[in-house]
Amino acid sequence: MTALDMAESPQKPPTHAANLAPKIERGPVVKTALPPKVVIRDLKFYYKDFLAIKGVNLELHDKAVTAFIGPSGCGKSTLLRILNRIYELYPNQRATGEVIVDGQNILDPRVDLNLLRARIGMVFQKPTPFPMSIYDNVAFGIRLYERLSASGMDERVESALRRAALWDEVKDKLRQSGMSLSGGQQQRLCIARAVAVKPEVLLLDEPASALDPISTQRIEELIAELKSDYCIAIVTHNMQQAARSSDYTAFMYLGEVIEFAETEAIFTHPQKRQTEDYITGRFG
Amino acid sequence: MGGRTTIALFLTILLGALGLLALWFEAVGGAVLAGFLILGVWTWVLWGRLAPYTQRRATNTAVLALSYGATGLGIFCLVLILGTLIWNGLGAVSIDFFTESTPASGSQGGGMLNAIYGSAVMTIVATLVGSPVGILAGTFLAEYGRGNLIAPVIRFINDILLSAPSIIIGLFVYEAMVLRMGHFSGWAGSVALAILVVPVVVRTTEDMLNLVPGSLREAAFALGTPKWRVIVTVTYRAAMQGMLTGVMLAVARISGETAPLLFTAVNNQFWTTNMNDWMPNLPVAIFQFALSPDANWQRLAWGGALLITVTILALNIVARVLTSGRSFGR
Repeated sequence: MTALDMAESPQKPPTHAANLAPKIERGPVVKTALPPKVVIRDLKFYYKDFLAIKGVNLELHDKAVTAFIGPSGCGKSTLLRILNRIYELYPNQRATGEVIVDGQNILDPRVDLNLLRARIGMVFQKPTPFPMSIYDNVAFGIRLYERLSASGMDERVESALRRAALWDEVKDKLRQSGMSLSGGQQQRLCIARAVAVKPEVLLLDEPASALDPISTQRIEELIAELKSDYCIAIVTHNMQQAARSSDYTAFMYLGEVIEFAETEAIFTHPQKRQTEDYITGRFG
Repeated sequence: MGGRTTIALFLTILLGALGLLALWFEAVGGAVLAGFLILGVWTWVLWGRLAPYTQRRATNTAVLALSYGATGLGIFCLVLILGTLIWNGLGAVSIDFFTESTPASGSQGGGMLNAIYGSAVMTIVATLVGSPVGILAGTFLAEYGRGNLIAPVIRFINDILLSAPSIIIGLFVYEAMVLRMGHFSGWAGSVALAILVVPVVVRTTEDMLNLVPGSLREAAFALGTPKWRVIVTVTYRAAMQGMLTGVMLAVARISGETAPLLFTAVNNQFWTTNMNDWMPNLPVAIFQFALSPDANWQRLAWGGALLITVTILALNIVARVLTSGRSFGR
C-alpha cells in the first residue's frame, strides 16, 4: 500500500493545499520567523480499507489558532485524532505519511504514545469529567508525570483552573465531584485538565458544540487567551466561531484540504468555488 | 349470507354432532371441547364483520387481558410461596433461633446458630476468592479482549459456566478436592461456592465496563495516561457501583445454593469454626430438616428458609438501589 501512496503523491490534484500555499497572500500579522509547530506531509488515513483522509499537506503555526471547517464526514475530526494518535486505541485504523512536531515524526511507531499525548492535549466534543473531585480531575494529568508537594500541586491546579476561567466558580467546592458541574463548566474543567499538564499543542474537537451561547462565548474567549502560549487546532461546525476565534482556516471536503489560508482571507476572498459555497451556506 | 357464515354453520352442525356423540359415550371433555370450538368459530365470524378500528381495539383489549392474567398468575404464585414461608417461618424465628445450635433429633428448642455462622463464613470466603478472579477476568474481556482470539472463547465458556447446574460444580470439587484431602470440609464448600461466584462477576464486570462511555477512556488516554492507569483510576471508578452490584448478586446467588455443598461441606449438627471439618450451613440444614419427620426440625427448616429468603431479598434491594443511582460521567 505504501508503494501505491508514493506513486500517487507526485500527481496531486490542483486543489491541493500545498499548491495553494504559495499563492496565499500573507499579511504582516503572520510571524513567518517562527517555524511551523506541526508540519503534516502527505497524510493518509484509513478506517479499515476506507480512505478517509486522502493525502493532506498542512502546517500549524505556534501561538496561533488553526480552525478546521467542512461538512460532516469530511475528515476534520479524523485529522485532529491523528495528531495525538488517539486513533490507535482502535484496531483497523491507521495513518500513513508524516506529522512532524518540532522536527520529530510522531507517526513513527517508536514514539512513546503516553509522552506524545502528554505533549499534545485534546479536548473533546462532549465534556468528559472523570468520576472524581474537581481538584483531582485537574491534578490527574499532573500526577502522571510530575511529583509535586501538596502546596505545589495546589498552585498548579489553581493556575490551570484560572487559565480555564473556572477558578472563581469552583474555588469553594474543589472537593465536589466534577460531574456536579454544568455542561459549560465541565467543558472548561476539561480544558483546565488539558492545560494543567502544560502541553505544547492543544487539539479542540468541537469543544463548544454541546454548549449554550454564553458558555460558547466563554470558551472562545478562553481560546483567544490560550493562543499566546499554545499551538491550537480547533474543529468546528460553527462558521462564525471559526471566523471569530482562528488565525488560519482549513476548509476540508471529502478527506482533502480544499483551501488553507489566513482566516480573514478564507472568509473574505475564498480562492475556490467549493470554499465559497460552503462558507456562504450554499452547500454542506 | 357471507362465505364465513356458511362455513361456520357447517362447522357448527358438524361439531355439534360430534359433541352429542361424545356425550353419548360419556366423554364430557370431548363435548366441552366441541362447545368451545363452536364458540371460536362464531367469534371468527363476528370478527370479520367488525370495522378495522374495532378489531384493533378488541385485539388490544384481549392481549392486555392476557398480559394482566399472566402477571397476576405470577404474582399470585409468588405471594403464595412467600406467604406460606412467612406464615410458617416467623413462628420459628426467636432469640434461640439465632443463639443456639441445631438440636438433636427428637429434642425441643434449639436454633440455627452453627448453620448461620457456617453459611456466612463460607459465603464470605467464596466471595473474597471468587470476586477478584471474576473482576480481573471481566476486565480482561472488556479492556483487552478487543480483536483478541481468546476473548470470545473465554466469554463463551464463562456463559456456559454461568448456567451450569450447580450440582456439577459440587461434584467437580468433590472429585478435585474432597477425594484428595480425604474428607469433607468447609474449605471445599467455599471453593465450590467461589466457582459459582466467578462467572456471575465476570459477566457483570464486563457488562458494566462496556457501559463506560468510550469518550471517557479517550479523554484519559489523551492526557498521556498508561492503559492500566486508565482502567484503575477512571474506568473502575465510573463502573464501581455496577461492579459492586455484580458481586452482590453473586453473593445472593451462592447464599442459597444447596447442591454444591452437598458433596463438599455436607453439614454438621454441632458448632464448629474449623474449616477443615464438615461445615454446618443453612441450605443443607434446611434440606435435611425439612425431609425429617421431626416437627421441631421442620419448624427450624421453615425459619432457615425465611432467613435465607429475607437475606437474598435485602441483597437484591441493595444492588438495585446501587444501580439506580448509577451515572457514567454524565
